Amino acid sequence: MNNKLVWLIVLIAFVGLVIFISNSNLEMPGADEHVGGIANQYAQEVGAGERDPYINTDKGDLLLFMFALGGAGAGFCLGYNWRDLFGKKSGVRVVR
Amino acid sequence: MHIAEGLLPAGYAAAYYAGAGIFVAKGLMDYKKKSELEPMTKQLTGVMTAAVFLISLLPIPVPFTGTCSHPGGTPLAAILLGPWITSVISMIAMLFQALFFAHGGLTTLGANTLTMGVFGGFVGWFLFRGARRLGLNLFVSGLLAGLIGDITIYLGTSIQLALAVHGNHSIGEVFWAVFGAFLPTQAPLAVLEGVFTGMVINYVAAHRPDILIMLKVIKPEDVPNSQGGVGYEQ
Repeated sequence: MNNKLVWLIVLIAFVGLVIFISNSNLEMPGADEHVGGIANQYAQEVGAGERDPYINTDKGDLLLFMFALGGAGAGFCLGYNWRDLFGKKSGVRVVR
Repeated sequence: MHIAEGLLPAGYAAAYYAGAGIFVAKGLMDYKKKSELEPMTKQLTGVMTAAVFLISLLPIPVPFTGTCSHPGGTPLAAILLGPWITSVISMIAMLFQALFFAHGGLTTLGANTLTMGVFGGFVGWFLFRGARRLGLNLFVSGLLAGLIGDITIYLGTSIQLALAVHGNHSIGEVFWAVFGAFLPTQAPLAVLEGVFTGMVINYVAAHRPDILIMLKVIKPEDVPNSQGGVGYEQ
């Protein structure tokens, strides 16, 4: 019963958070971007500064293709090693 | 902790690459040695690399600051696989993030590996081991490692940036400008990472204690019915 109550509170808090953020004016930028903007001002003074990626995969379906390829490769590796990874069972508990 | 492409002057970027390279080289040797002793290390390293890739890319909103940030995941990796291998894991994860998501960069890969893999990994590992020696339970030990390891990552990034781009400003001024901007978003996420790390260690201990024994995270005698071997129920 206690577990169910905890999960219910977590669920309500999560849904509440999503509703709050989606209805607020917050833009929610990444902290890395936010801090990067501050650091960039100093970096420009010493001749450095943010620039575009050297290898830009954001072109058409290139990124999708690479992820599909990567997903297929990773899935094969996972399947091939499935028993090593998940095949054994244990019922013992550790004393904490 | 993802310093963007081009943000570091070339000299500093090279120096951070050299620093990270030492740890990654030792990590590769460690990986080879551990894999020969225990082949399952390979699979676990692969799974952990995927986990660190995901965890350190996951933007979590912090409503009261209006920004998002992400945990590091390297304290957990270091607890399980050791801090040296974690340096390798971190470099691979961040390389893919830089290539596919423009998150971080190729010129800043050394700096980012140094903070996330080395600082986060070593601090997390030392804290976990220290806490266990003091007799703290797995959850609390993991919580401390995750929480302080996470903050250390951002502390490291702030120091790196302050050293590299302070120019005519004092290092302290730039450090506090950067770290002060990180902290409000990162502090709650550090707590979250601490709880997550503790819970994962606890979960693995409860369901696959043999893995933790193999990785020397816990001792066989910590498992009641293992009789000195792996922790399977007879």
